[in-house]
Amino acid sequence: MTDAILAPAAARPEASARNAAMQARLKVRRGQEMRFKLYGRIAIVTALMFLVLLLGRIIHQGYTTFIDYRISIPVTLDASRIDKADLGGTNFDMIVADAVLAKLGTKDDDFGGASTKVMQIISNDLGFQLLKQVRADPSLIGKTITVTGPVKADAALYYKGEIKRSTLPENRKLDDQQLDWLDKLKSAGAVSSGFNISFLTHSDSTEPEQAGVWGAVVGSAMMLFVTALLAVPVGTLAAVYLEEFAPKNRWTDVIEVNINNLAAVPSIVYGLLGLAVFINWLGVPRSSPLVGGLVLALMALPTVIIATRSALKAVPPSIREAALGVGASKTQTVFHHVLPLAMPGVMTGAILSLAHALGETAPLLMIGMISFVPGAPENLISSATVLPVQVFIWENASERAFHERTAGAIIVLLVFMILMNLTAIMLRRRFERRW
Amino acid sequence: MQLSQFSGSRMTSQHDAAQAHAPGVHIAVNREVAGHVQGKVKLRARNVEVFYGEKQALFDVSLDVRDNAVTALIGPSGCGKSTFLRCINRMNDTVAIARVSGTIEIDGENINDRAVDPVLLRARVGMVFQKPNPFPKTIFENVAYGPRIHGLATSKSELEGVVESSLKRAGLWNEVADRLHQPGTGLSGGQQQRLVIARAIAVNPEVILMDEPCSALDPIATAKIEELIDELRTQYCLVIVTHSMAQAARVSQETAFFHLGRLVETGPTGEIFTNPRDTRTQDYITGRFG
Repeated sequence: MTDAILAPAAARPEASARNAAMQARLKVRRGQEMRFKLYGRIAIVTALMFLVLLLGRIIHQGYTTFIDYRISIPVTLDASRIDKADLGGTNFDMIVADAVLAKLGTKDDDFGGASTKVMQIISNDLGFQLLKQVRADPSLIGKTITVTGPVKADAALYYKGEIKRSTLPENRKLDDQQLDWLDKLKSAGAVSSGFNISFLTHSDSTEPEQAGVWGAVVGSAMMLFVTALLAVPVGTLAAVYLEEFAPKNRWTDVIEVNINNLAAVPSIVYGLLGLAVFINWLGVPRSSPLVGGLVLALMALPTVIIATRSALKAVPPSIREAALGVGASKTQTVFHHVLPLAMPGVMTGAILSLAHALGETAPLLMIGMISFVPGAPENLISSATVLPVQVFIWENASERAFHERTAGAIIVLLVFMILMNLTAIMLRRRFERRW
Repeated sequence: MQLSQFSGSRMTSQHDAAQAHAPGVHIAVNREVAGHVQGKVKLRARNVEVFYGEKQALFDVSLDVRDNAVTALIGPSGCGKSTFLRCINRMNDTVAIARVSGTIEIDGENINDRAVDPVLLRARVGMVFQKPNPFPKTIFENVAYGPRIHGLATSKSELEGVVESSLKRAGLWNEVADRLHQPGTGLSGGQQQRLVIARAIAVNPEVILMDEPCSALDPIATAKIEELIDELRTQYCLVIVTHSMAQAARVSQETAFFHLGRLVETGPTGEIFTNPRDTRTQDYITGRFG
């Protein structure tokens, strides 16, 4: 029987000729392999270069946000200049400006021109601080206290070297005299630099030196909380039903195709849907973390479902058979054995779609989250903004100092995302260890 | 009575019918010679047919399986022996396109009846699969899972007792007693298969089905499992699918030969292997095909 397959020895090509042909082919095959490896390496190096370029640019542009210049100035709270009955009406900014001028060794002119110029380099935060302190303790009036606060964003840009004396006067807000004063204040030791903690603890402000990301961070966290709470359980259970329980027929095919299509719908369409359904129809307060979370949950659902289904599909059928074989019901099989085994995949899918939701901007513009919110949201239905929208708002601001903050906010957003991905990896590890 | 039952289990295919001369007498003699003490008929399959979609996998299979005996199902790949095995605990229900007709009675109760809950049936009919498939949990949890979901143990100590006795009956206790709370997947292949057997007997089944239980094991592990099968015979009704004819000859008391979805021949193992009546059986066991 085997004879029939083998050709007679004479019909076979010579061994050496065959060898040569095989050697030649081997060369081609090796060449193919080498080329493929080379392409792979080129692709990886290119990708890494772009990543380094992107991160490098953002960090280069944004790291200065985390350095701030603060001025400490002794201020005499002259009782004649403070109206005890109307503290709010008192011009504390002027008092601070006079103190700064005193430090500089000059005096205000009659028209208040010098103090106005000082106010352009010192943040009005110092005046606010005085107001707050005096309100809390009126006995301070008449004493001399030291207040510390940021310099104006433009002054900080000068200290950081972003604005130089050589910069054309029409391209900078500060004139040479103001720059002289800044130099003098610094050499006098009144100005010190440090880590800009207020960028992380303050919320948005019209004054760039006082603007921070805290409100956006809280808004993002609240919104993600709503998204995770809705999208993860609903998506996972929907996937379990579709994968394990639903009959395989035309209807489930249609549903599957639609879910895959929904995952590809542009996110701004979800924003429109949220505007129409949640805000206009159900009356959820606009620009609240609740409505943002609802919209993003809708957007994340298809991704969660698809990821969960593929994780469930990857569970070996032998586990299902094992459970069914000892008399577990379908539900017991799925929830005791299949889903726990699929959990690492489910978690990865969920966290990735949440990370995607965290960076989403377009749908949130539709539901009013673009508004200026000068504080952290107190609850799920108060007005809020989120990190990517904050980036968007600052990017559009005309003041130069906000551009630096844009990069700073992007850094915060990236750190937020890296933390989330680390959580995903840790959760994955934990689930994998358990099983 | 016994004889007529057995002749009932005789093959019904036309090919075989021509050769089936005085089968009852033949078997009676054989059984006497072999000296088997076999129980009553535990499982009675009649006219079982299975379709996977359009494709028919099993044609009119009628077979009787005795209690306290090992029945081996042999035949070439794709002959339907595993399909038949999976009918006995209704595992084919889990395949969406599978359709089963005919009756399978366990102690006179038709398991294909609508009133029979497959979940409870599978507690009565345990199954061991080709590849060891312990749950990715601890050894203890693997064995305790069945009793737990069926509520067979009311207290923790009772559950521990069930686990211990099951592992002992599966011949695994001495090897794992000191590491009950380590993952079952960390055991060797043979140990895993015995763990799976322990898991099956923990729910106290009446019938144990084994689908090529040794095909993924080395000879030493196989010998252990075969030994275990022989011990389990005293308490259970066992049905085993095997590709190894040597194994069928070693462990089984009765053998059924399947070919192309039909049950060709069935009888005491000694007779099937020494004196097959169908030429196809003869060809298969002498290694001419399959």
